[in-house]
Amino acid sequence: MSFETRKDLLGLKDLSREEIELILDTAVPMKDVIRREIKKVPALRGKGMITVFYENSTRTRTSFELAGKYLSADTSNLAVSTSSVQKGESLKDTIKTIEMMGPDILVMRHSMSGAPHYVARNTKMRVINAGDGTNEHPTQALLDLFSIRERKGTLEGLKVAIVGDILHSRVARSNIYGLSKFGCEVRVVGPSTLMPPEIERLGVRQYFDLKEGISGVDVINVLRIQRERQHVGLFPSLEEYAELYMLRPNHLGLANDGAILLHPGPMNRGIEISTELAEGPNTLVNEQVTNGVAVRMALLFLMMGGRRDEIAA
Amino acid sequence: MKLLLRGGRVVDPASGINTVTCVLVEEGKIVALGEIPGEEGDASDTKVIDCTGKIVCPGFIDLHAHLREPGYEYKEDILTGSRAAAAGGFTTICAMPNTNPVVDNGAVAGYVARRAREVGIVNVLPIGSITKGQAGEELSEMAELVQAGCVAVSDDGKPVMRSDIMRHALDYAGMFDVPVLSHCEDINLSADGQMHEGFRSTVYGLQGIPAEAEEIMVSRDAMLAKLTGGRLHICHVSTMGSLDIIRRAKAEGVRITCEVTPHHLTLTDEAVGSYDADTKVNPPLRSEGHVAALREAVVSGLVDCIATDHAPHHIESKDCEYGNAAFGISGFETAIAVIMDRLVHTGVLQLSKAVALLTSGPARILGIEKGTLTPGRTADITIIDPDEVRTVDPGHFYSKGKNTPYKGMQLRGWPWMTIVGGRIVFKEGSVMEMKL
Ligand SMILES: [Zn+2]
Ligand SMILES: [Zn+2]
Repeated sequence: MSFETRKDLLGLKDLSREEIELILDTAVPMKDVIRREIKKVPALRGKGMITVFYENSTRTRTSFELAGKYLSADTSNLAVSTSSVQKGESLKDTIKTIEMMGPDILVMRHSMSGAPHYVARNTKMRVINAGDGTNEHPTQALLDLFSIRERKGTLEGLKVAIVGDILHSRVARSNIYGLSKFGCEVRVVGPSTLMPPEIERLGVRQYFDLKEGISGVDVINVLRIQRERQHVGLFPSLEEYAELYMLRPNHLGLANDGAILLHPGPMNRGIEISTELAEGPNTLVNEQVTNGVAVRMALLFLMMGGRRDEIAA
Repeated sequence: MKLLLRGGRVVDPASGINTVTCVLVEEGKIVALGEIPGEEGDASDTKVIDCTGKIVCPGFIDLHAHLREPGYEYKEDILTGSRAAAAGGFTTICAMPNTNPVVDNGAVAGYVARRAREVGIVNVLPIGSITKGQAGEELSEMAELVQAGCVAVSDDGKPVMRSDIMRHALDYAGMFDVPVLSHCEDINLSADGQMHEGFRSTVYGLQGIPAEAEEIMVSRDAMLAKLTGGRLHICHVSTMGSLDIIRRAKAEGVRITCEVTPHHLTLTDEAVGSYDADTKVNPPLRSEGHVAALREAVVSGLVDCIATDHAPHHIESKDCEYGNAAFGISGFETAIAVIMDRLVHTGVLQLSKAVALLTSGPARILGIEKGTLTPGRTADITIIDPDEVRTVDPGHFYSKGKNTPYKGMQLRGWPWMTIVGGRIVFKEGSVMEMKL
């Protein structure tokens, strides 16, 4: 099992369970590297990685950069205007320019679904999707899976509720694809106006009632709500949203014992999650950040031809 | 000089002919149909074309195309559009008015008609806009447009959102007996949609355009046609619900007709999964249920004609992110092959029915004396080689628009020869320019 035949990582939709397991397994020793005094392994020495973010996300970009650096890759970031992707240089020209600089891996975030797929078709570089529009955010889902597995010991058979704006969430979609491959029971919870059409055909169940949706689950993954959605008429106000969907301490009693809470960050405290819960013992938000680096290290390592057994546990 | 087309299967749905026979052309007119006596064929002033194994049809008419001139010549112009039409087997095409300036007055309509005559490859009939500048606020001067040669009015590219304006348009256009071609789309519902709304828009993470964005407007326009008695033609019908509304309206006697495109009949929204922007079109490629309903409606006769909605675009508007790409498919040069390969050869649609939808069907909507091989009519003739197999290569298109979702597909059944007014404008894969 290796990643040699896979040029790009565009989504979890088309990854096999075995491939996902390989990444998660490889992330275990990677996490140990992060905890070391000297956070450096030579695995990717002489390899170049560039990040291009057409949508701001300092935390995801930094996570990728550190992952690359810990593996001794040369990393850099191309600052692109995020104000309007329609103006100025075409994506194709930008990618060509980057390619000519010689990096091996391109990590890309874009506000439009399918943009990394388009780029992957047009470049020899290996492309990692760091989030595209409302399509996928595979590394976020991988780190969520890793975090759940680490705490629960397994993914098999767990009940997971994803709460929030499912319609616009690439995190939700990638999580659904990933979790489903491990036999998890996935629920999506949120207002009906923020549910994608025919979402249940992905094998999930939708709930409009928060309490019902989280009853008996092992994991609650709370998504960030964006204010813009209110302005296009999808829900009346953040106050009403919070009233209906903010996760509060008393909700945890409805979930299974030892249920854990995830959030991709940054959190809107008091809107989708109460402050008490944001800092609670079952909330893995901070652990997720560390796991994000570990998972991205594993991915970079495997994509550059590394093998699981080459890295000491 | 006479032209004798001998040995081909002549399919002329308007006169009920579907048999192997001859067509004799003289002075740009069809003069005889049937077995032509030997001596005619032997005369030295007669050019005989052996059409054995071919299908001889009335020239195909496309009542919905975008030629982009004036204003967007980087996408297409009347010359390249005419060549592409001839190569696609079309002898008459209608040019949509969403140019720059918009064809909302006699001068611009006159320019299009004049330029098309200069080019002189196929017949180009201009369509005038419904509203000034296609702004949807004030009616265009339709008397002047019709005077200048416009055969219909349309704001295609966008809908007439105001119901009062659409009502007046149907009412007013009725005085000149020209159809109002309606692009049905509630733009508040379609909003920033990129593809058909449904399961696949969820999977591909693209904002959807619900079928109802079209159906609401089809419904509204059908009601307004009933109210005014005006002639309404629905452009590029793409949903099951639209068909139901049109069926009901027809049953009630409303003067309503409709077209479907080859791409809506043969492709589904699954094609969007590649994020190849050549699959991006408005209305969007729909799901299987809608496609099946469209096919059924074409077979049953509910659909009045097939039109390409030829929408050429510059490469830069298509070789980019899906969300940034323009809507539209370059359709002239694949339409017939797509219909032959996917519908006729597969047994979905009878050949004579397909020919009717490309000839007598659109002619009736436009009210023009074309679309049949009746002796006395202008010799506009399209000959198809039903067995030619070719792979779609947009690099070889005459159109400037290389944007086709059919690229790389192998199709069977292509236009073989196109004759306009008795003159051969396309044969052996090449467009023949007029010798000036
Ligand atoms: Zn249109
Ligand atoms: Zn059009």
